Amino acid sequence: MLVSILFYVFATVLVAAALGLILARNPVHSALCLVLCFFTSAAIWVLIEAEFLALVLILVYIGAVMVLFLFVVMMLDINVESLRSGFTRYSWAGWVTAIVLAAELIGVFVGRRLGVDGLRGAVPLPASYSNTRELGMLLYTRYVYPFELASVLLLVAIIAAIALTMRKRPGHKVQNIDRQVATLARDRLRLVKMDSEKRP
Amino acid sequence: MITLAQLLSLSALLFAISVAGIFLNRKNVILLLMCIELLLLAANFNFIAFSRYLNDLNGQIFVFFVLTVAAAEAAIGLAILVVVFRERRSIEVEDLNTMKG
Repeated sequence: MLVSILFYVFATVLVAAALGLILARNPVHSALCLVLCFFTSAAIWVLIEAEFLALVLILVYIGAVMVLFLFVVMMLDINVESLRSGFTRYSWAGWVTAIVLAAELIGVFVGRRLGVDGLRGAVPLPASYSNTRELGMLLYTRYVYPFELASVLLLVAIIAAIALTMRKRPGHKVQNIDRQVATLARDRLRLVKMDSEKRP
Repeated sequence: MITLAQLLSLSALLFAISVAGIFLNRKNVILLLMCIELLLLAANFNFIAFSRYLNDLNGQIFVFFVLTVAAAEAAIGLAILVVVFRERRSIEVEDLNTMKG
C-alpha cells in the first residue's frame, strides 16, 4: 500500500517535471526540470528493486551529463525570445501526436495483449538478493565484450568532444617544441674569461 | 504493489510528452537534445519494467548500455553545439542550413 502511494507521488512529480521541461521559457529551468525527472525516475527504479541502475542514473546522469548540459546552457549566450517565436504555430500538431501516441501505447497493455499479465505485481525477491551482484555477474561473464566495447565508445566520445572544441586562438602564446629541442648549447650560453680583480 | 501496466503507462506518458516537446521546441537545439534524453529515459523504463516482471536481468544490462551510449551522445552533441554557437552566435535550427547540397 505504501509502495503504491509512493509510486503515484513519484509518477505525478515525474510527469509534472517532464511537462515543465518542454514548457519552460528558460533553458536553465528546462535543464533543472530534467534533473528532477531523472531523480524521480531513480526513485521509482528503487521501488521496483532495480537499485544499481537507479544509483547509476543519479551518479552518471545527474552528476555528469546534466551538469554538462547546465554548463553549456549557462555558457552560451542564447537569445531566448527569438527561439520562442513561432512556439505555438505547430504546437497543436505536437499535442495531437502526443495524445494519439500515448493512447495507442497505453491501449496495448490495458487489453492484456502482451503475453504476460500486466495487472499482477512482480514476484517479490528474497531479502538476501543483491541486484548489483547479479548484474555484475552477468556483465563480467556473458557481456564482457560488449562491456569493453562500451568503454571504447566512451573513449571515442571523449576524444571526439575534445577534438571538436579545441581551437587555435590568434595571439595565443605557445612553446615551439621543435626549436627548443633542436637548439645547441653554444646558441644559448657564452663563456667569458675575465681576470679577477686585484685586492686593494 | 506496482503493476506492470502502471509502469508501462507511465513510460508511455513520458514518451508522448517528450515527442510533444520535440514539436514544441523545434528551434532550440539544446531543448531537442534534452527531449531526446527524456525519450531514452522512457525507453529505459520499459526495459527495467519488463526485466523485473519477467525475472530476466538481461534487460537491465541493456539499460546499462543505453545509458553509456546516451552519455556519449550528449557529450558529442553538446561539443557540436558549442562549435556551432562559436561560429554563428546562434543555436537556432533554421540557421543550420549551410550543408544543403
